[in-house]
Amino acid sequence: MSSSPTYAYYPGCSGQGTSLEYETSSRAVCEALGVVLHDIPDWSCCGSTPAHTVDHVLSAALSARNLAQAETLTGVEGIATPCPSCLTNLKTAGRRMLDPQFKERVNSLLDTPVKQPLPAKSVLQVLFEDVGPAALKERVVKPLAGLKVAPYYGCILNRPPEVMEFDDCENPIAMDRLLEALGAEVVPFPLKVECCGASFGMPRKDMVMRLSGKLLDVAEDNGAMAMATACPLCQMNLDLRQSQINATSGKQHNMPVFYYTQLIGLALGLDKRLLGLNKLCVNPKAALQAAEQATAGAA
Amino acid sequence: MHTINLTESFDGDFVRKIECESEQNVSLCYQCGNCTAGCPYTFAYDIPVSQVMRLLQAGQKRTLLSCKSLWLCATCESCTTRCPNNIDVARIMDVLRHEARRQGYGSERSVKVFWDTFLDSVKRHGRVFEMGLAVEYIARTGRFWTDLELGPAMLSKGKLAFKPHSIQGQAEVEKIFERFQQQKEQCA
Repeated sequence: MSSSPTYAYYPGCSGQGTSLEYETSSRAVCEALGVVLHDIPDWSCCGSTPAHTVDHVLSAALSARNLAQAETLTGVEGIATPCPSCLTNLKTAGRRMLDPQFKERVNSLLDTPVKQPLPAKSVLQVLFEDVGPAALKERVVKPLAGLKVAPYYGCILNRPPEVMEFDDCENPIAMDRLLEALGAEVVPFPLKVECCGASFGMPRKDMVMRLSGKLLDVAEDNGAMAMATACPLCQMNLDLRQSQINATSGKQHNMPVFYYTQLIGLALGLDKRLLGLNKLCVNPKAALQAAEQATAGAA
Repeated sequence: MHTINLTESFDGDFVRKIECESEQNVSLCYQCGNCTAGCPYTFAYDIPVSQVMRLLQAGQKRTLLSCKSLWLCATCESCTTRCPNNIDVARIMDVLRHEARRQGYGSERSVKVFWDTFLDSVKRHGRVFEMGLAVEYIARTGRFWTDLELGPAMLSKGKLAFKPHSIQGQAEVEKIFERFQQQKEQCA
């Protein structure tokens, strides 16, 4: 028997479209580091933010269908998902279903009731706790020395702490430690958990322009050549909308915004096709080359 | 300063309903303002979140249910995380939105339409279909210029699927919405 950490895997809808590269790089990194992921069969959408703004039982039921589907898998210790919004919904549903009355109301909406909700973790938590920075460091073949990165966790990966139960809610460090293990230079970034404007991009673009614009300003002011994110929505606001932010603010940011899993994959020398760097809107080539040259110059 | 006559306008049933559904005690709020200080959306709100809490204590139902702030809260959890009295403020904002929907309010139409369109997509396909969501949202709001300039980048990166990722259990997901609607009508 293998003792590899094994999880039911919940990819989330954006992984099928706008965050394809997060999806493929998360899977590639997990496989390379011995984390086994079994897809939740026929998983469905968690309802994300819109569902909990309508009703908490409806929101929990949309996640609970996936909790029930995950119960059909054997030998898994919990659920892992790359997406913080999916994670929040899975964890909140599981937590609220500790109340038997709430659980009954949720199950009354489902074809297949949930028996005992599995615990859910982010892929970041799995990589940090089950693999760890030290073991990761040993696997690095292409250190990211010279790459100055601002670690951006987003607003809900660690908050509220009573629900998310991982890392510090004001100054999380898990991604910092993993990036440092890759040889990257993590720059101080005081807005680690500030909101990027979330899903208001279409209905209230002005709010995203302001909030994501501030994140880019502060990352740049702190000397970052790139940002690392753990959330599909944060990444989309900072990367895809960076041209809109520049047009609105008159600034000229040219800040690549990686998924942290892409950076791990790069340092591990994984197949570039799985890392999807060509999916990033702000081309990261110049930043990566500058980092290499800085290291070569120092050597 | 804005003054209100509590004798005439305090709605105790409303306060108790929000407290019950959010499982929070709003009397615990002592107006320190920490939630507003940390809220990234204060610049866009018509009523800052700490004043939402105060108005809730004062039972000001109509003012609260018609305010824009309810629809501009992203549930980023700053307020909840930083409340010194452990009030789950974001949950109260959520529950106020639920009640606003039930009472027919929706003061930021574009946001409400976006959320509704998202959920319709989930109901129809089992998973959200991003391209369909964008097209449907634009059709419903008539905002044809929305993110037009992003189209080329999205398409050239192959990030938008043209077909929904429908799942076998689509009917199960649809039934979640239908049963929810039925239960809601029975309660009403």
